[in-house]
Amino acid sequence: MTMRRLINLKRVEARRIYLTYAVVIAAYVICQVMSSTKFLSSSMRGMLVPICAYMVMSVSLNLVVGISGELSLGHAGFMSVGAFSGVASAILMQGVITNAPVRLALAMIVAAVFAAFAGFVIGIPVLRLKGDYLAIVTLAFGEIIKSLLNNFYFGMDSQGLHFSMLTDTTRLLKGGRLIIRGPMGISGIQKIATFPAGFILLMIALMVVFNLVNSRSGRAFMAIRDDRIAAESIGLDITKYKMMAFVTSAALAGAAGALFAMNYSTIVANKFDFNTSILILVFVVLGGQGNMLGGIIAAAVLTILPEKLRQFSDYRMLLYAIILIVMMLATNNDEIKNFLNRINPFRRKEAE
Amino acid sequence: MRKVLVSMLLVLAVSSCAFGAAFKLGGTAPLTGGAAIYGMAAMRGAQIAVDEINAMGGDVKFELRYEDDTHDAEKAVNAYNALKDWGMQLSLGSVTSKPCEATAAENFADRIFALTPSASSAAVTEGKDNVFQMCFVDPNQGTASAQYIGGKGFAKKVAVIWKNDDVYSKGIRDTFVETAPKFGLEVVSETTFADGNDNDFSVQLTEAQTNGAELVFLPMYYQPASLILAQAKAMDYAPKWFGVDGMDGILTMEGFDKSLAEGVMLLTPFNSDATDARTKNFVAEYQKRHGEIPNQFAADGYDCVYAYCQALTQAKATADMSAEELCAKMIEQFTTMTFNGVTGENVRWAANGEVTKDPKGMVIKDGAYVGLD
Repeated sequence: MTMRRLINLKRVEARRIYLTYAVVIAAYVICQVMSSTKFLSSSMRGMLVPICAYMVMSVSLNLVVGISGELSLGHAGFMSVGAFSGVASAILMQGVITNAPVRLALAMIVAAVFAAFAGFVIGIPVLRLKGDYLAIVTLAFGEIIKSLLNNFYFGMDSQGLHFSMLTDTTRLLKGGRLIIRGPMGISGIQKIATFPAGFILLMIALMVVFNLVNSRSGRAFMAIRDDRIAAESIGLDITKYKMMAFVTSAALAGAAGALFAMNYSTIVANKFDFNTSILILVFVVLGGQGNMLGGIIAAAVLTILPEKLRQFSDYRMLLYAIILIVMMLATNNDEIKNFLNRINPFRRKEAE
Repeated sequence: MRKVLVSMLLVLAVSSCAFGAAFKLGGTAPLTGGAAIYGMAAMRGAQIAVDEINAMGGDVKFELRYEDDTHDAEKAVNAYNALKDWGMQLSLGSVTSKPCEATAAENFADRIFALTPSASSAAVTEGKDNVFQMCFVDPNQGTASAQYIGGKGFAKKVAVIWKNDDVYSKGIRDTFVETAPKFGLEVVSETTFADGNDNDFSVQLTEAQTNGAELVFLPMYYQPASLILAQAKAMDYAPKWFGVDGMDGILTMEGFDKSLAEGVMLLTPFNSDATDARTKNFVAEYQKRHGEIPNQFAADGYDCVYAYCQALTQAKATADMSAEELCAKMIEQFTTMTFNGVTGENVRWAANGEVTKDPKGMVIKDGAYVGLD
């Protein structure tokens, strides 16, 4: 199915997709080799998993912002739903499934399901809105998710599972474990997220998004983005297609959240605030809306950059901001773009 | 310009000589952002101790390096890894609680010993044999506050305002509310706030006032506390105020009217007015360098380095030992030794890393901290 679809694609598009896969695989192999030969510093090795998670976030938000054309400012909310549901399910499974990679995979699936459900529920009111209104409402939902999780208590004892809101009224029996502790989040997480798992998740995310974009539905997304009225006039079900993009994106963000959370021993809802949502949006905007590879590279660069700037200590933040502005200007400058096109063998053929 | 360059080179040369065989001591702290006042204080306190110890010329010398974690667990792990690349042998953990929970797990996995100046949540040390705390663990602060307020008879009816999305605030509030009845206190009002709605406290204050609270307990950091004090004054509500160590720092906050904090009591292990030589010397040095009175975080940072110095001397450790060797020696020392520092006498550590020392009650008088006892 995939192959036939790819053959039918315009050649340029196919080349871009293969290039993206090739770059991701090459980067993975290089990092793995460097990591196993101890050539990679601990600082870089520690960032591999979060970078994978941010790359998946970038790909998933690109589906909403770049392909479907909706400005969403609450994407970190889905990441946090995924992080909390994924980690909680991993903890519940600890006794049953001893194989860590299997547990990680199951936790990510649970996370994706929960986040997809959250995306569906939020999508019902949100996707009826347009433009600025949609942006503001997604922002609000991101904050609502954060507040809910900050007041959510979830524990397990021999009697089963217990939930409570606002204050901890779970009254666990002896030997029980309070897993989600409101503002304290989850502590004592087993760090089972690995770089290969992150790589696999990223490849899955890319496959899902590319297949979706180059399908009938994907073309509908773009038709709606480019001219909503024309799309409606030819009978496209706008809400359905928007919902499809939104829920897919939320599910991927949820899986990324679970991967991210299981790389640290502790996680709090406040981590996934407005700033994180904006950071992910910056990946997408900097990489180019609709450009998956660009978003992936931007995610890597913007995660590594602050660490590499540590040597400048007090001027770090200032430099980061300046570099960000310069990058934004450079990627939007026609002359620089033309120059890049001239030296890029793939694009050149396209222009001829 | 040339003069500056030459002197910088000289400084570099001198410092690299002095640190010939020094223990590499690293820590992460919020040096920027909302919690920077704590990170900066702990780092400065530690730096003073390091300079003093190096100047004494004993067997133990330190090289200190702090990295910024912006009060975020992810950044803290990055900062920790950067320190590991630098060759850190002994760790000062992280200054704030959640980041320290994340770095403590790394400390445990890498077998690098950690002594955190001020990360106070219980999960920091839980299940880790090589992570120790210099400050009280949060639950103990709640119990100690209830005991102090009840024992001294400051009030019977108490209101609590706490931040319900903050680990620190919740940890203290939980044990305070739980133990308050034991010490004859009645919690008549309990209200919360969170990140994002921490600018207006009129609802919380009105509720405390209508329920007749004589004392308002504020288990939070100083920033929201400063607004609460200002708004209470605006509505002519003047109960007694009681804070914990997060309140420390309110007097050095920019743009804060110090008269608002007049009479505020807080429980903190460090009293900058203490008259013992050790504290006097530390406060004078801190003031000389940074132009302000050190807070408890600075004192914790200062004590951490001295505690390390004592433990390393007793263990006869040398700077060429690996982090893992030092870790085993430090665990042995810290669980058996008794330490005297500026944040308490007869400081001892339990095997789980928690510290035992006496809290000191303080009250703000004429814009300065004064001991209550």
